Amino acid sequence: MTEASPIAAASPAAFDVQRVREDFPALHQDVHGKPLVYLDSAATSLKPQSVIDAVTEVYARDCSNIHRAVHLLSQRATARFEESREKVRAFVNAAKKSEVVFTRGTTEAINLVAHSWGRAHLREGDEVLVTELEHHSNIVPWQILCQQTGATLVVVPMTDRGEVLREAFREQLTERTRFVAMAHVSNALGSVLPVAELIALAHDRGAVVLLDGAQAMSHVDVDVQALDCDFYAFSGHKLYGPTGIGALYGKEQLLEGMPPYQGGGDMIRSVTFEETLYNELPYKFEAGTPNIAGAIGLGAAIDYFASFDIQAVHAHENAVLRYATDALEAVPGVRLIGTAPGKVAVLSFLMDAAHPHDIGTIVDSEGVAIRTGHHCAQPVMEHFDIAATARASLGIYNTTDDIDALVGALRKVQELFG
Amino acid sequence: MDLRELYQEVILDHGKHPRNHRFPEPHNREGRGYNPLCGDKITLRLQLDGDKITDIGFIGQGCAISQASCSTMTEAIKGKTLPEVQALFSKFHTMVTSDEEADDLDALGKLAVFAGVREFPMRVKCATLGWHTLNQALDDESGEATTE
Repeated sequence: MTEASPIAAASPAAFDVQRVREDFPALHQDVHGKPLVYLDSAATSLKPQSVIDAVTEVYARDCSNIHRAVHLLSQRATARFEESREKVRAFVNAAKKSEVVFTRGTTEAINLVAHSWGRAHLREGDEVLVTELEHHSNIVPWQILCQQTGATLVVVPMTDRGEVLREAFREQLTERTRFVAMAHVSNALGSVLPVAELIALAHDRGAVVLLDGAQAMSHVDVDVQALDCDFYAFSGHKLYGPTGIGALYGKEQLLEGMPPYQGGGDMIRSVTFEETLYNELPYKFEAGTPNIAGAIGLGAAIDYFASFDIQAVHAHENAVLRYATDALEAVPGVRLIGTAPGKVAVLSFLMDAAHPHDIGTIVDSEGVAIRTGHHCAQPVMEHFDIAATARASLGIYNTTDDIDALVGALRKVQELFG
Repeated sequence: MDLRELYQEVILDHGKHPRNHRFPEPHNREGRGYNPLCGDKITLRLQLDGDKITDIGFIGQGCAISQASCSTMTEAIKGKTLPEVQALFSKFHTMVTSDEEADDLDALGKLAVFAGVREFPMRVKCATLGWHTLNQALDDESGEATTE
């Protein structure tokens, strides 16, 4: 974060996880008669009351369409929608507000780039580079694009710890590499990729780079100018914001040269049956009435998150992660999948005694919500020759008590299956 | 919610030690089952003589529910005719998916241990994977059953 960030009006609050927990109403409920322990923030984070209130207020007070009407409600909604864009810009340190395109989420942001930039620029013989640890949403759009253009999808392998190493990346880069799409943080393993280095290598080859930031935004610093990435895609709902809203950052020069992704209202300057003139950035890529309440909710989520000392939030999460790693390794028969140095927020694991699906059901009966399955990263599962993992993932509100509850629940698994 | 309703001893036992966990020879039908949500996989082979299943076995990997269900299924249907098998599947399916109180659990014999699955809607597909694979094997020698 830059010091000049205008997001947080007040000075950063000291980080007090118990006070943070008070902000999240969903935490304060029982499931199956036990207090909820939420360890699935990598799937979606819970929402603080301020975000819920912001979304409610849009519908209760400022309910109107944006950008077109002259009446007061529309002026208020438009102003708040555009304020949210500015909050996103400041949060990722983009140079200009016009470089922030609202989308439904990370998936739509990636598809936008594949569809618009990809079809305009890729030719037969070109190569698109992805890594082995990608989420399906950063694989499938590029596969489709390669099928359409005759380009080739090339995969950078990861290590058995779940790392993408500079040398392995460099080996796959060629003079044919036109585009690189890679995760900033792995959703299945928690690995943090050395993206700044990899971007520099790709740029040396003249390739354009997109980062999938879905898992990164709440766990590592994101500064698109410092990273020098060409595109950055993320979702609001993993950053304590609503579902159905996210954003694509793109360098102005690239966005200017790209054809529209979808045609419709708001993305045009003028329409006749002979010719349509497209709107300026970012509206060229925002056809139709957007998720107004979602965007405003995302702005509230950024306000909420940035009200903390973000380094203190990361330090807290990392302390819980270290505690959890030690605690899980101490459970007999547990094997961690994904042990990259510097990993964040995710613990994928297997148990000798039980299949991940059975683990998930049993710990749920103890009130502990974790994820089980392939986490939309089947190539990662294939690498480790497994069908699925159990995955506990952390958010700003998790404590070591939550980890103790998980370990207690895993002992129930062992009692039942042992 | 009582986990013991779901994970009954019979299920834990068959999950750990599946019966008929081999491919029978000879066989003239094969089905492959896959649950893309959790990666559970079953390959089922059987010998159909006339309308009677004279031998059956499977190799699979997955959760205790899916493997135990397939294991108990192979025990229940070996030696049965196709109409008898369909009647069993119909009763089994009703038991794990319907809110109606099944009145003829006795007819299901050991398969009745899966009655608790209905309280766990996310696990119904685990319990029915083996049966869908069986139907695949009987309908089409080459196809693949999925739960989706």
